[in-house]
Amino acid sequence: MKTPVSWIRELVDLPADVTTETLTDRLTALGLKLEAIDAPGAAITGPLVVGRVLTMEPEPQKNGKTINWCSVDVGDANGSGEPQGIVCGAHNFAPGDLVVVVLPGGVLPGGFAISARKTYGHVSAGMICSAAELGLGEDHDGIIVLPADAGEPGDSAFGVLGLDEEIIEFEINPDRAYALSLRGVAREAALGFGVPFHDPAAREVPEPDADGYPVIIDDPEGCPVFAARRVTGFDATAPTPAWMARRIQQAGMRPISLGVDVTNYVMLELGQPIHGYDGDKLDGAIHVRRAAEGERLTTLDGARRVLSSDDLVIVDGSGPIGLAGVMGGASTELSETTTHVVIEAAHWDAVSMFRTGKRHKLSSEAGKRNERGVDPLLPAVAADRVAELLATYGGGTVEPGATLVGVVPSSPTIEIDADLPARISGMPIPAETAVAHLEAVGCAVTVQGERLTVVPPTWRPDVTDPYDLVEEVARVVGYDQVPSVLPREAAGRGLTREQRLRRRVGRLLAGAGCVEVVSFPFVGEQTFDDLGLPPDDVLRRTVTLANPISSEEPSYTTTLLPGLLKAAARNLGRGAPGVALFETGTVAFPVDRGPAPIYGVDLRPSDAELEKLLEVLPRQPLFLAVVLSGESERPGWWGSGRESGWADSIALVRRVASDLGVPLEVVSAAREPWHPGRCARLEVDGVEIGHAGELHPKVCKAFGLPPRSAALELDLDHLMSRAVDVVAGPALSTYPLAKEDVALVVDATTTVAAVEEALREGAGGLLESIRLFDVYTGDQVGAGRKSLAFALRFRAGDRTLTEEETGAARDAAVAVAAARCGAVQR
Amino acid sequence: MSGPNTDYDPVEVSTLQPEEVEAARDAALAAFAAAGDLEQLKQARLEHAGDRSPLALANREIGALPPQARKEAGQRLGQARGAVNQALAARQAVLEAEHEERMLVEETVDVTVPTDRLPLGARHPITTGSELIADIFVAMGWEVAEGPVIEAEWLNFDALNLGPDHPARTMQDTFWTSPAEDHLVLRTHTSPVQARTMLTREPPIYVVCPGRVFRTDEYDATHSPMFHQVEGLAIDEGISMAHLKGTLDHFATAMFGEGITTRFRPSYFPFTEPSAEVDLVCFVCRGSGLDESGADTCRTCRGEGWIEWGGCGVVNPRVLVACGVDPERYSGFAFGMGIDRTLMFRHGLEDLRALFEGDVRFTTAFGSEL
Repeated sequence: MKTPVSWIRELVDLPADVTTETLTDRLTALGLKLEAIDAPGAAITGPLVVGRVLTMEPEPQKNGKTINWCSVDVGDANGSGEPQGIVCGAHNFAPGDLVVVVLPGGVLPGGFAISARKTYGHVSAGMICSAAELGLGEDHDGIIVLPADAGEPGDSAFGVLGLDEEIIEFEINPDRAYALSLRGVAREAALGFGVPFHDPAAREVPEPDADGYPVIIDDPEGCPVFAARRVTGFDATAPTPAWMARRIQQAGMRPISLGVDVTNYVMLELGQPIHGYDGDKLDGAIHVRRAAEGERLTTLDGARRVLSSDDLVIVDGSGPIGLAGVMGGASTELSETTTHVVIEAAHWDAVSMFRTGKRHKLSSEAGKRNERGVDPLLPAVAADRVAELLATYGGGTVEPGATLVGVVPSSPTIEIDADLPARISGMPIPAETAVAHLEAVGCAVTVQGERLTVVPPTWRPDVTDPYDLVEEVARVVGYDQVPSVLPREAAGRGLTREQRLRRRVGRLLAGAGCVEVVSFPFVGEQTFDDLGLPPDDVLRRTVTLANPISSEEPSYTTTLLPGLLKAAARNLGRGAPGVALFETGTVAFPVDRGPAPIYGVDLRPSDAELEKLLEVLPRQPLFLAVVLSGESERPGWWGSGRESGWADSIALVRRVASDLGVPLEVVSAAREPWHPGRCARLEVDGVEIGHAGELHPKVCKAFGLPPRSAALELDLDHLMSRAVDVVAGPALSTYPLAKEDVALVVDATTTVAAVEEALREGAGGLLESIRLFDVYTGDQVGAGRKSLAFALRFRAGDRTLTEEETGAARDAAVAVAAARCGAVQR
Repeated sequence: MSGPNTDYDPVEVSTLQPEEVEAARDAALAAFAAAGDLEQLKQARLEHAGDRSPLALANREIGALPPQARKEAGQRLGQARGAVNQALAARQAVLEAEHEERMLVEETVDVTVPTDRLPLGARHPITTGSELIADIFVAMGWEVAEGPVIEAEWLNFDALNLGPDHPARTMQDTFWTSPAEDHLVLRTHTSPVQARTMLTREPPIYVVCPGRVFRTDEYDATHSPMFHQVEGLAIDEGISMAHLKGTLDHFATAMFGEGITTRFRPSYFPFTEPSAEVDLVCFVCRGSGLDESGADTCRTCRGEGWIEWGGCGVVNPRVLVACGVDPERYSGFAFGMGIDRTLMFRHGLEDLRALFEGDVRFTTAFGSEL
């Protein structure tokens, strides 16, 4: 909402010493937030005057343009009183027109200094200005032609153009629809400074009678009140008075024609949207009803609209002539030949307005007000005001008949404890102050002991609840008066176990050299193709969005890998020699249990209802993924570097699992997008939690990553759920360690895990640790065979082991490995 | 070794003569002093203090002396050998010290060579920032509540007094899942977590809810379809706006430093009434609106002296009712602010997109904690 300060001052007796800044500070404190103060003339200095074009001679130029050599009467503004010779490139004016002239010595916005200069064979002493040149808008179509009554040649143009004015732009919250008018803004200003307010809606209007234009409301819920007036003998070509056009412009709208401008002006003034019909084009009585499904209407903007049975329409004998409260129809539009104007000012159901605007994607100044709620007492007042202005400036006659049908909806009655504002705001507000402030905002208050009965004013449809009254009182007292008090100490239990575990995993990975990434969770078919997933892969079953940012990526992701792979490629593309990236984030899997229920809000849903609500939500586990690509250790004076590989990805999972105390099993597997021979399935107690290993060469290529890049992804929720809760403190033996190394030759396909498990089992309780330290393949063991060297470490808790004991344990271990894995000791 | 010989004339055992002993001793001392390094000293030791050294050999002759002569010769020899051993030890210590010193000099390295063999890891500032905020509240006895990102429409809107026709539903342009009749959304705020908490817990409730939220915004330097919010909810007996102010002042001070407090401006949110916008004293200019030079406007707050931080208010009793909290007994407050936005002005970030690009140079710059 843009309002010139002068217009506000016209309606409020603001003390002269109240500056615009003081005014906006006070209004912001009351809830009308200052967006900007615009002072259009601030960037213009020097002589800017009204001029009358005396002569203009078109002179074609060699460059194809035609310029006008003009003489312009600028009164005494040039010191001589002689006409000023000015070259002008625009053509939208004629001799006799009043224009805006900047004389030599003036400076226009952008530091554009004007001097007398030779151009196109003349000395051009100044410039005839366009709106854009004065910083008044984007309109480059031509120079400004002032209304005939704008002033006399030589008058300063600052006042004429409103350049000497400050315009305040407010951000109006949806609950303060009344402030989308000068009436509302000025009322708040009066409240803010405790000064008298002159309500522009306070006017005597004629009693409704049977002589008004016939209006029939078929849907009183959608249209509770409809007022109509008529003006005849109207000259539609009469100019809009300069002051009115200026205010419309200052408010951010465009002057169009007198008929339209007057309705817009009154809307800005009062907040009541108004529509004007060409009375001669109307076919009989006006009806208000819901549209028939599929009914058609061409609106003012030329759009042919198919209506829904929820839309309210204005209808005459010819059919629909307007989308009620949102936009008028083309067939009865005011035109240059209109002489008979029928004025409509109606009160509409806000919800219906909102739905119609949304359905037809129509956002208009009228709709904006109607869908937020307008004072239902305004229609008759606004219609009368429009009729008066049309007659005054369009030379017509206000017809005596006045239409007013319908019933004004009653305001709610709200009862509160007198101390509720104090209790909820935390400010010491005595009951009498609360009453005074409620009355100041327009409420009718009845005091009955400790209770207040409050009827909000008609222009405040947003005030319906006790706490709405608290806000009204609190904002008048001032939010800056709210004391700062800490609530009582809550007996919190700290972070949950899961929250602590999540931090722990993140710190661990960062400590291992991985950098965390936060990426968008949107994917599409192409992403899955790039990952090489088969057509029926479970990861392709996604939750899709009805309105994605990109139709290429309409799904909420089922895997964190795409985001990481793209980020890895981005880093390498920007010159990083290698990256280790990780992300923890939720992925989503559809559950297909039907739509989510919508419950009422007057009562808490039952536990069963709540359960139903929660179980239809997609499953959204927290996943962890890591991508390792390129150099993982740098080369340097210490030697060569090292590239990441499949083993690093498995090492990371082991590290995380081990830190959480979860026994992790690593099993050979084949799973896209991993290399089929270098992929590990990760299991906890036989349940798959994810995969790790080298990425498939095609996947590396598809994402632009070097070969041998590795990745892991697992269900972190699942892993964390298996984390050891309370670690049993280990009892440490300090007896000497006994070392036994064994080298076993096995078939090349036998896994280390199998041999290790056999050794562990065979070695028995004295075994403290076992670790593979070498793998050998070659002539000495033969083709298709490999030698695995394990370091076995034995220790007892109560004695020093003898050589016989450790030797026996080692032999037992080898025996089991031989029996189970065909291992032969080298 | 010879046996005792009572007829033996000590005078004739020349090696035990005082002059001989002294000469041997002096020769030893001279040799030790002359040894320039540990190797030479070793040679000198073998020669003058070893088993075959003159003094050692002389020592063997003592037994051959008549008893009356043994004591004197023994004393003489003992003194000489003592002096030799002492000199040897002293020289050994000196040479070892010299050796060690030389070794240390020789082993000197250039410590300025790079040592960055293993690259640094880091956690994302959104993660560590969320944790910083959570920790401030946990220290006040609050708990951290969480919920799913794909959320029921009823929890994201209806339960929070955003009815189907509420204008605010269009203000928050929402991602809907397909088909829209499923009534599922990507949550537009973390408020549904507040609703979930009220629906499942008895007051008193003091929770903060950090998390990821979505709106169909363009992706540019200051907007993103995905961003992060932290919201807080307190439900207890006797809660007022004053407690909201106290809590946010404390939060601001903990997050931005002493003297950084908040101010409220009336605003509108469907889930709170009264509602307020909360501004923060600009922690760079500390409210002056001027930059360090004092001549230009502060870049962080653009001369306002205040930074818009978020929204807050007293929980609308309609929300309490929908979530099963008795509004006659309890009242509450709620607040919410953008984590990304908070990080942007706390760390002077120019472009929001840096948070979501995954460039390791960006993330590692923040270290392991904020």
